Amino acid sequence: MSRLKGAPSPPSAARPVGTAGFVLPALVLIGVFLVFPALWTIYLGLTDYRLTGLEAADPRVVGLDNYTAALGDERFRGSLWLTVQFVLGSAVIGQAVLGFAIAWVLRDRRGPVKRVTEGLVLLAWILPSSVVAFLWIALLDRDEGTLNALLHTPGAAWLLDHPMPSIIVFNVWRGTAFSMMLYGAALSNVPPSLLETARLAGASTLQQLRDVVLPHIKGHVLTNLLLISLWTFNDFSTFQITAGGPDGRSEILPVYIYNVALSGGRLGFGAAISFLVLLVNLVFAVAYLRLLRSRRTDATPKAAP
Amino acid sequence: MIALRGLTKEFPGGVRALDGLDLEIADGEFFALLGPSGCGKTTLLRTIAGLETPTSGNIWIGGTEVTSVPPGKRDVAMVFQDYALFPHMDVTANIAYPLRIRKVPRSRREARAAETASRLSLSELLSRRPGQLSGGQQQRVALARAVACHPRAFLFDEPLSNLDARLRLEARTFLKRLQRELAVTTVFVTHDQGEALALADRIAVMSAGRFTQVGTPTEVFQRPANTFTAAFIGSTPMNLLPGTAGDGALRVAGAVLPLPGGVPDGPIVYGVRPEYMDLSPTPRADAFAGKVAVVENLGTAHLVTLESREHLIQAVVPEGAEPSAGTAAWAVPRPGRGLVYRDDRLVSPSPANGENR
Amino acid sequence: MSEHSKPERSQANRHREGRGGEVTDERAESEGRATPSEEGTSRLKGRPEPAERSEAIRHAVAVIGRATFLAAVLGFFALPLLWLATAPFDARPGITVSVPEFTLRNFQALLDNPYALTSLRNSLIQAGGSAVLVVTLAALAAYALSRARVPGRDALLYVLLLLSSVVTGTAAMVPLFELATRLGLIDTHLGVVLTLSGGLLPAAIFIMKDFMDGTPTSYEESARVFGASSGQILRHVVIPLVRPGLATIAVWAVANVWGSFLQPFILLRDPDKAPGAVILYTLYTEGGAPRLDLISTFSLLYSLPVVVMYVFVSRRYGFRFHGGIKS
Repeated sequence: MSRLKGAPSPPSAARPVGTAGFVLPALVLIGVFLVFPALWTIYLGLTDYRLTGLEAADPRVVGLDNYTAALGDERFRGSLWLTVQFVLGSAVIGQAVLGFAIAWVLRDRRGPVKRVTEGLVLLAWILPSSVVAFLWIALLDRDEGTLNALLHTPGAAWLLDHPMPSIIVFNVWRGTAFSMMLYGAALSNVPPSLLETARLAGASTLQQLRDVVLPHIKGHVLTNLLLISLWTFNDFSTFQITAGGPDGRSEILPVYIYNVALSGGRLGFGAAISFLVLLVNLVFAVAYLRLLRSRRTDATPKAAP
Repeated sequence: MIALRGLTKEFPGGVRALDGLDLEIADGEFFALLGPSGCGKTTLLRTIAGLETPTSGNIWIGGTEVTSVPPGKRDVAMVFQDYALFPHMDVTANIAYPLRIRKVPRSRREARAAETASRLSLSELLSRRPGQLSGGQQQRVALARAVACHPRAFLFDEPLSNLDARLRLEARTFLKRLQRELAVTTVFVTHDQGEALALADRIAVMSAGRFTQVGTPTEVFQRPANTFTAAFIGSTPMNLLPGTAGDGALRVAGAVLPLPGGVPDGPIVYGVRPEYMDLSPTPRADAFAGKVAVVENLGTAHLVTLESREHLIQAVVPEGAEPSAGTAAWAVPRPGRGLVYRDDRLVSPSPANGENR
Repeated sequence: MSEHSKPERSQANRHREGRGGEVTDERAESEGRATPSEEGTSRLKGRPEPAERSEAIRHAVAVIGRATFLAAVLGFFALPLLWLATAPFDARPGITVSVPEFTLRNFQALLDNPYALTSLRNSLIQAGGSAVLVVTLAALAAYALSRARVPGRDALLYVLLLLSSVVTGTAAMVPLFELATRLGLIDTHLGVVLTLSGGLLPAAIFIMKDFMDGTPTSYEESARVFGASSGQILRHVVIPLVRPGLATIAVWAVANVWGSFLQPFILLRDPDKAPGAVILYTLYTEGGAPRLDLISTFSLLYSLPVVVMYVFVSRRYGFRFHGGIKS
C-alpha cells in the first residue's frame, strides 16, 4: 500500500469537471495561437494566397506548386545553404565549443574573474534583440565602428563585405551563454575523483577530456546541440542587423520567409517554406524530447516563441 | 464515538485497501491502528477523515452518519505524518488557521492560539516560522493546531515517526498526558507495536485490509488471536513452532509439554515469547534442546538464539546468566505462558478462566 | 577594460602562443574555438625535459594559456557592450566607443521624445498583460494536472511542449499574421499578448507543474480537513507555497515579451502601439541620420528592466535551468 500512500487521491480527482475547467483556458489559448496556426500553415502552403491583388480575394489551391517552385528557386536554395552555414558555424561549432571552453576553464574557479566573465556572457544573452542588434551595427560600422578603430582598418565594411561571418560571430556572441551554463552544470556533476584518477594515471588534459569528461556529459552535449541548433535555425534577430542583405547574401530562412511572404506579399509561398521549417523543427524537437524523457536531465527546455 | 460498518475501499486497479471493516471506538478512547506498511491503516485513517471515499460501507462520527460528508464538515482534526505546517505562516497563524476558516474574529482566534500554545509550552515560539522550529516543536505546533479547534476526534498519522529515538519517548509521554487531559476520542496510526502498546487504550492490528485482532494492549500482547498478530507484537518476535497435540501432551520440536485443556488432538502451532523462556544447563524433557548459536546483548538482558534441530528458538535471559556461544542449553517455557494455535487461531484457554495448573 | 582601446593589436596573434599573458585581443572571437586544444599542444613541447622541469613549464604554460583565453573571452563579450555603457552619458555620442564627456542630458532628451515614452508604455502593457495571462492560466492548468490523475497527462504535456518548440514565430509568421487580420487583432495590444502567450504557455505549464509537484499534498489535505473550501485552499495554501514558481514564470514571461521583436513587428503597423523593441529598430533604420544620443539612451533604458529582473530572480531563487530567461 505504500505505493498508494505516495499518491493519495487528490482533491480534484473526484471532480474531473473541475480539472477540465482549470486546464481548459490554457488549452484554448494554445489551441488557437499555436496548434491552429501550425495546421493552417499546411493549408496556406498549398494555395497561391497573396497579401494583395486578385489572389488575396480569391486564393486557389495549387497543390504542391509552391514546393516545386521553391525547390527550383535559386534564392531559396541559396538561403537554405546560408542557414546550414549559420547553424553549423554559429551554434554547433561556435556556441557549443566556446561555451564548453569557458565552462571548462572556469570550472573550479571562484571569485570575481568567474563572476565577471559569466556576467558578461549572460548579459549578451539576456539583452533585448533590438538593443544587441544596434550594438553590433555600431561595432561593425564602416566609418566610425569601434572594430575598425581598434584594428586600424578604417573603411572596412564588415556587414557589406562579409555579412555571413559577421552574423555568425554575432550569434556566437549572442548565444554562448546557454551552452556555457549547461556545460557548467554538467561539469560540476563529473565526480572529481574520476578526473583525479585519470590525472594520477598520467592523462593529459586532452586525454582527460576525451576519456573522462565527454563520456560523462554525452547526454548534455546532445541536449545542448539539439536546442541551440533549433533556436539558431529559427533566429530572426539577424534581420535587425543585415535584413538579409546585401543582395540576399545573409538571407537565412527566417529572414527569407519574412521578405518573401510579408514584405513581398506571397503568403501562400511563404507558408509552404514555413511548413518546411516546421518539419525541420519537428525533427529537432522530437529528438530532444526523446532524450529528455529518457533522462529527465537538469536541463528542462525553455520555449522558443 | 466512531463506528464503521462493512467499510471497504478499493483503489483503481483492484487493490483492496480496506476489506469489510467493522469497528466501534468509544468516546474519549485512545485507539491505535497498528500494522506493517501496506496493511491499509493509513487508508482507514484517511477514510475516517473523509480524504478517501469508501467504495462501500458506512462511517459514523458522534452518532451522525458522515460517509458522504466532506472532510471539513466532519469536525475532526488530523495531524499528518509530515505535520503539514504551512511554511509561510508563523506559529500563531498556523494554530489559528482552523479558526480562521470558521470565521472566528482575528483577535479572538489569536487569543485562543496563544492559550493553546501555552498549554503545549509553545508560548516562546509564537512568532516563528515552521522552518525555524525543531522536529519536536513542529510536532507540538501540529498538535496545538488540532487542539485549538476543539474537534470531536483527533486523527494522527504516525505522529511520532518523524522524531529521533530519544525525543520520541518524551513526545509519547506528552501525547498520552495530553489525550488524557482533553479526553477527546483519538485514532492514531502506527507501524511501531511498542508505540501502540504504550499509548493506546485499545489496538486494532491490521493486515491486508482486515483487522486481525482488536483488543487492549494486554490482550493483544498476552493472547494474540492468530500467528500474524503473535509475530507482529512484541519487541522480540514470538517463537512459533509446529507440533502435535495428543495423548495428553504437546510434542513440539523434541520437547514434551503439558497439554492445556480444551485443545483437541491434531497438528498445532506452539507459541511462546522469548521473555517467557528460561534456560536450563541440564537436560529436561519439557525443554527445547539446542546449541547456543548467537548471544545478543539487550542491555538489561540477553537474547539467546538456540539451534534446535531444524528450528531456531530464542530466549531472553537476565544479565549475568547468559551462556556462551557453542554450549548446549535447554529452553524451558514458563508454565501457562505457552499459546496453542490450530488453523491459525488461538485455541488454548486464557490462564485466568482455564484449567491453569 | 581600458586596454581595449590601446592601438597595439597587430602582434596580438603571435602573443597568444603563451608568453604575453596580458593581451586582450579583439579578434578573440576567432581564437575562442582554438583554445581548448592549446594546453595540450604546448605540453608536448615539455616532454624531453627532465620530469620536474617539464612539469613546472607545463603548469606555467597552462596558467598563461588559461589567462590568455579568459582575457580574450572577456574582451570579446565586453567589446560590443562598452558602447552601451558609455554613449548614453556622452554629451556628443558617436558610434565609436570613447571616454564620455559625462552628462545626463541625453536622458532628458529621451523623456522629451514622445515615441520613446509611448513605446515603453506599450512594452509595459504587452509584457504585463502576457505575464498576467501566462501566470494565471499556467498556474491553474499546472495545479489541476499536478493533482489529478488524468490518463495521458504526461503525453499531453510533452506534445504541448513539442508544439511550442516547433511552432516558432518564424515558422508560423504567415498564419499568425492571417489569424490576427481575420480576428481584427492587427494593431492591438491584445493581438500581441495572445499570440505571445500562446507560445509561452506550454513551457510555463511544464515549469509550473514542476513546482506544484514539489509541494506535498498534505498541506492541502490538512486545510481541507479543517474545512477550507477549494478557493480558500488555493488562496491560503497553494499560491503562497508556489510563489517562487509564479515569480519565475512572471519574470520569464516579461523578459520574453520585452525582448521579442518579430511578433509585434508583424502584428503592429501603428507606431503608437509598437513596443520599445520595434521602435528602437525603426529609430536606427529609418531615421536618416540616426539620433545616437536617443538610441543609446533608449537602449540602456530598455535593457535595464530585463537585467534587473534577471539579477533579482537569480539572487532570490537561484538560477534554475528551466529558468533560461530569454530565448
